[in-house]
Amino acid sequence: MAVLQMQRISICAMKKNRKAILERLQELGAMEIDIRLPDDMEYKKKDTSNSKATFEKQAQTADHALEILQEYVPEKTGLLESLNGKPLIDRGQFEKAANGQDNYIETARRIVALDKQIAEQKANIQKLQNQMEALVPWMGLTVPVSYTGTRKTSVLIGTIAGAQGLEDLYGLLAKYAPEADALDIQIISTDKDYTYLAVVCLNRDVQAVEEALRAGGFAKPAQSVNKVPAEYQKELQAEMDEALRQIGALEKEIVDSAGSRQDLRMVSDYYRIRAEKYEILGKLPQTKNTFALSGYVPAYQADKVVREFSEKYDAVVETEQIEEEEVPPVLLKNNSFSESVEGVLASFGLPGKGEMDPTFFTSVFYVFLFGLMLSDAAYGLIVALVCGFVLIKCPRMATNLRKSIKLFFWCGISTLFWGVMFGGYFGDAVDVVSETFFGHKVSIPALWFVPLNDPMRLLLYSMLFGVIHLLTGLALKGYMCIRDGRYMDFLCDCVLWFLLLVGLIGMLLPTDLFAGIAGGPIYFPEALKAAVKWMAIIGAAGIVLMSGRANKNFGIRIALGAYDLYGMTSWLSDVLSYSRLLALGLATGVIASVVNQMGSMGGRSIVGVILYIVVFLIGHTFNLAINLLGAYVHTCRLQYVEFFGKFYEGGGKAFEPFMLKTKYVDIKEEN
Amino acid sequence: MAAMLEMIGGNGWALLGAALAVILAGCGSAYGVGVAGQAACGVVTEDPGKFAQVLILQLLPGTQGIYGLLIAFVALSRYGLLGGAGMELTVAQGLMVLAACLPIGIVGLISARHQGKTAVAAIGIVAKKPDQFGKAMLFPAMVETYAILALLISILALPTI
Repeated sequence: MAVLQMQRISICAMKKNRKAILERLQELGAMEIDIRLPDDMEYKKKDTSNSKATFEKQAQTADHALEILQEYVPEKTGLLESLNGKPLIDRGQFEKAANGQDNYIETARRIVALDKQIAEQKANIQKLQNQMEALVPWMGLTVPVSYTGTRKTSVLIGTIAGAQGLEDLYGLLAKYAPEADALDIQIISTDKDYTYLAVVCLNRDVQAVEEALRAGGFAKPAQSVNKVPAEYQKELQAEMDEALRQIGALEKEIVDSAGSRQDLRMVSDYYRIRAEKYEILGKLPQTKNTFALSGYVPAYQADKVVREFSEKYDAVVETEQIEEEEVPPVLLKNNSFSESVEGVLASFGLPGKGEMDPTFFTSVFYVFLFGLMLSDAAYGLIVALVCGFVLIKCPRMATNLRKSIKLFFWCGISTLFWGVMFGGYFGDAVDVVSETFFGHKVSIPALWFVPLNDPMRLLLYSMLFGVIHLLTGLALKGYMCIRDGRYMDFLCDCVLWFLLLVGLIGMLLPTDLFAGIAGGPIYFPEALKAAVKWMAIIGAAGIVLMSGRANKNFGIRIALGAYDLYGMTSWLSDVLSYSRLLALGLATGVIASVVNQMGSMGGRSIVGVILYIVVFLIGHTFNLAINLLGAYVHTCRLQYVEFFGKFYEGGGKAFEPFMLKTKYVDIKEEN
Repeated sequence: MAAMLEMIGGNGWALLGAALAVILAGCGSAYGVGVAGQAACGVVTEDPGKFAQVLILQLLPGTQGIYGLLIAFVALSRYGLLGGAGMELTVAQGLMVLAACLPIGIVGLISARHQGKTAVAAIGIVAKKPDQFGKAMLFPAMVETYAILALLISILALPTI
């Protein structure tokens, strides 16, 4: 339950140790490099952007090659396997791959080139296919499409718009070129748009005939080939077969190189690590023989880092305290239960400078409220079992994923608990099954009460939980004020509000209005009644007087205070917001009973049982999924808006150490 | 007027209420999930890896339809209207059921439409900054608060007869 204390460590060393120091730092992964230098310092920086870009490009080439391999030789990974994170690799094995980097990058380039060739061949095939399609109507032609005639005769080959018969064509020629005789028209083929024809005439008539045909919409083919169509088609076919054969060969070569997949992964990571190192190297200030670096290290690791570098690498290592104006990066440390909610916290914002880490309180309320919203014992058990199974089966899961799964495991347990309290086991499945299929109704009684029968009661409890949640937020704010020595803020912003709120609630409880809602009056002794009344009055008066204390002008100060008192309404809406605990809890139960009721409509028969099983499986899966989503979203909302709204702003920057950032493999730590 | 009310009968009014809860809230959710789904498709075209995230955002406006179903079901089963052999409600009782069903029907319709539009915008956040998913999810959830309040009143107002 804490934000880890950071320390600034600066290292100055000889250049000859630069490589070793950087590599060791990267391996340790304990320092976020953060170099602060005035701009006018005379240190030189090494321009490493070129080398960095080269390494990044090589890593990309390897990635691209791996993608291509995945396309041609898909590697099946099970769900559990994919959850299990990156495989652990010996350092020796990794170094072996790194030493063979030139070979492997060559393989990667080769794979990329092969893929490109395949794409080219495929484009070629497409082109050939188009050509062959264009040739189809001309298949009946026994001369090339570009044929123009013999010594005495001319041949006009082309298309004419529309499907036309011989009579139409002869009619056309007779109309526009009556002088031409000795004509022969051959229709090669027709389709619904064009008629493909060859017209033979004497040389002297050719112009007249062509003009006549043009009047009817005649056009020569777009591409005229100097070959007989049937033969040309054969040639194209042969070309296509050749292209296909080549694609086969290229694909085979890619498939054959699938064996180097693992090495490609390591090489890709190797380049990624080097690119990262060169990026840091480019930031370091250097002189002729020395270099320096500086950054944040978690305090608990600081001693180890100082000792190791000053002893092993002849370096001058200094630790400094963080200065006032610096904003150190944030790393959280929590117990094994609470850390599971760190992801939820991070997606709102890590603690900003001077803020406390609210993870512990958030985790307790998160699990509690989540269970209350889902509140079905069977659903809770399923969620807990699935998450527990995954946690045991995949010990090497990525840290963040592991935390989320752990969170859902605890939420499942909480759901189980609330389900037992409210008597929900797949809704009312036990009642329905026993009544429909066994003839007499058996029901598991709720340990506490059934919300659907007594919604007002759960509504009141929801608001009670809400008040506790909100007051915890207010208390945490008070804690932060006291910790920082802002006693005035503590008194005015926390204590007075606390008095006002508790006083108002105390005044509400014994009224008739509340008795009507709660179903029974609550009696307060007179002394208590007076006490809560005065608490509320002192609180309200104090807030009016003190809230605007930053302002010197008394009138404005009172006005600001009154406005702040108006903030009361936001407390009211915050408390009402917890009514979603009831609404979502009821939603789970009622939809589950809708499912059970629908399933039982088949009655007491074989068909009825089968129907029930089918409806049960589909319906409850759906209900669980939609309500899991709802519980997740609305628990987050209650934390972010209602709870954090009281004391927490976030805005911290996460700790991002200089480390071995890999994509495919984890390298085993050497001892 | 009274004759007209009488003609429809208590059970008729109650059924009308249940039907309206499902119809109005369901229409709203269908619209909301629909527009959010279109936006989600656009994101997945560009980056199929965001499928799970945008799917969750798409589903958010779907809850109003479920709340409508919930109210209708509670109404139908409480008065034995499910499956026929039930009680005879008086006209006054039937109208009370109708009135109790209206909050989730009307608020469900309008809030689901607006939640759908907010979900579209939230999907825009995820498209550009996938790491801000937590915050993106929150904005549509804010709209839903009012559907939940309406649901609550509908549940509490359904008269016990």
